Amino acid sequence: MEEKDIQNELASIRSIMERSSKFISLSGLSGILAGIYALIGASVAYYILYINPPSSLSGTTRRYFSIEREAYLSLQKSDLVFLLLSIAIIVLLASLITGFILSRRQARRKGQAIWGKVSQALFFHMATPLVTGGLLILILLIRGHYGIVTPATLIFYGLSLISASNFTFSDVKYLGILEIILGLIAACLPGYGLLFWAIGFGVLHIIYGSMMYLKYDK
Amino acid sequence: MKISFDKLDKAFENRVRLQIMSVLAANERYDFNSLKDLLNITDGNLASHLKALEKEEYIVVHKSFLGRKPNTNYEATAKGKQAFKDHLNTLEQLIKQQKLT
Repeated sequence: MEEKDIQNELASIRSIMERSSKFISLSGLSGILAGIYALIGASVAYYILYINPPSSLSGTTRRYFSIEREAYLSLQKSDLVFLLLSIAIIVLLASLITGFILSRRQARRKGQAIWGKVSQALFFHMATPLVTGGLLILILLIRGHYGIVTPATLIFYGLSLISASNFTFSDVKYLGILEIILGLIAACLPGYGLLFWAIGFGVLHIIYGSMMYLKYDK
Repeated sequence: MKISFDKLDKAFENRVRLQIMSVLAANERYDFNSLKDLLNITDGNLASHLKALEKEEYIVVHKSFLGRKPNTNYEATAKGKQAFKDHLNTLEQLIKQQKLT
């Protein structure tokens, strides 16, 4: 056995240990795209909230619900929340689908199963805080606590990243910590929710996605 | 001190066996099918290497059922982990030695 053989042997051991315990096919490009979707979503929300308040919306909703003026006024706010929630869900779905497609491509290239032991562990550890947070936010929204949305989405997303980071690149952990810090700051500064949301889900994703793209995607 | 190739564990001479041990060193348990996908080898090939490691008492087998499907998990024993560590150390020392000469 020559030195090169031993080096190869050690490299292959390291690679198999990594591939057996971490999902290394997470695509950085999908992070960049998720950030862009989030910024588009935030711009649409900004437009609806501040530039073109839903007077255009009122006609259709009033016709749709055909209710009295007083009831309509109270409805308008929850209607607006529903609209913003729809934007958030569309952004989330688009990001998940993009992430899945690009990671599947990456997994094929790296010879890793897209739905194997490791990706299942990653999914479970990510989904637990995410689903818990999502349900809690929905419950609080129904009870009228609108201010909770931005801090809670950022904090629960950060927690899910930290919990998932054991099964993928450790960089994800630091993104998680940043999201949690941002969420806590957002909780201290009510009224700037959309801004923090755009930073956390838009800007941070683009920065981290680019870093991971340069480091691992090739 | 001169390290010779004799110090390398014979059980790990085969690449697949060394790879199996690597996986079981990084993970608490691993099941047969995931191992097969990861190493990209046939059932028979993997089974024979697992048997050999089991005979050395480097791994233990846990058999259970998931519904009606048999689910076989493997776990490295303390002896197996030590042997793997020693093997890596020997490889490392061989490299150092060759650099000196």
